[in-house]
Amino acid sequence: MLKLYEKQLAIKDVNHMKKRNQIWMAFRSAFPYTTPIFAGFVFLGIAYGIYMNSLGFSAIYPILLSLTIFAGSMEFVAAHLLLAAFHPINALFLTLMVNARHLFYGISMLDKYRGTGKKKFYMIYGLCDESFSINCTVDVPMNVDKGWFMFFVTLLNHSYWVIGATIGGIFGSLVQFNTEGLDFVMTALFVVIFIEQWMKEKRHHSALVGLGLSTVCLIIFGGNNFIIPAMLVILGMLTVLRKPLEKAEATV
Amino acid sequence: MTMSLTQQIVTIAMVVLGTMLTRFLPFVIFPPGKPTPKYVQYLGKVLPSAVLGLLVIYSLKDVSLLSGSHGVPEFIAIAAVSLLHFWRKNMLISIAGGTMVYMILVQLFF
Repeated sequence: MLKLYEKQLAIKDVNHMKKRNQIWMAFRSAFPYTTPIFAGFVFLGIAYGIYMNSLGFSAIYPILLSLTIFAGSMEFVAAHLLLAAFHPINALFLTLMVNARHLFYGISMLDKYRGTGKKKFYMIYGLCDESFSINCTVDVPMNVDKGWFMFFVTLLNHSYWVIGATIGGIFGSLVQFNTEGLDFVMTALFVVIFIEQWMKEKRHHSALVGLGLSTVCLIIFGGNNFIIPAMLVILGMLTVLRKPLEKAEATV
Repeated sequence: MTMSLTQQIVTIAMVVLGTMLTRFLPFVIFPPGKPTPKYVQYLGKVLPSAVLGLLVIYSLKDVSLLSGSHGVPEFIAIAAVSLLHFWRKNMLISIAGGTMVYMILVQLFF
């Protein structure tokens, strides 16, 4: 009786060890993918902290905003909202407009996030541009747990951003070396991920639709207003292309 | 600052709520238990490529073609990133290389 109990305990122990190993392995394989974002986010986070500092906010603001909102561009906008007259409904609608692109991320991740348990809640909460672009394109190695991998990508990116904002908020006024142009790291990341996706797919219709129509909308509507029109025309074009694309898929 | 602390908290809460709505909505509308409509499944397959294209353009939205440096440093740096990536296929080299090219361009030449 006692032996059986010990055996069960041992199995439990082994399972526990296995799970810990699995989590550790997911962390180790996720980390390299996030290193470019480490560079970008710590820099942008510091820039954000300095910016908030210059507007007269104490360090607690960039720290709390980066922790709770975790959507870069919207945090810069939030600073302006806090300085303007109190208008909560306006703030809500402006946020919905600026962040509407997340709806597309969600639809794209419905399948990938399936069956990832309680982690899913946090992974949706932290579904920023960078976490989305990594998690939607990367091929997780066979022996690594997908759920934990995506969880760590999200968690690491989130922590980089908060660390950057904290450093910037506290030490912002002391930064001296010429960092002009370092923010290009984010553009470079998106370009690389776009190319990776490009090399992986057989047909480039969708990639070209996204790139082309976004450019057209940016030229017509300008930097601050182009996202919603771009999303609508992309959606429209992909809907029109559905029949021919699916037909082509079926005949291949 | 003109707002009271409570008003600040409400404003921040609204921004958090708005952001979370955009992130959670698709998962709430299409829960894993129910079959997702075919059209949405199709979108889930083709949207990522299109959205990545949108993201590239989005990260360039503040570049003006008509004034300043006319987007020349951005164009050169993106070409550098692409060439590096097709050549070496190493994410870090492409990103670090392209960013350095861009920093040198905007700090020394433009």
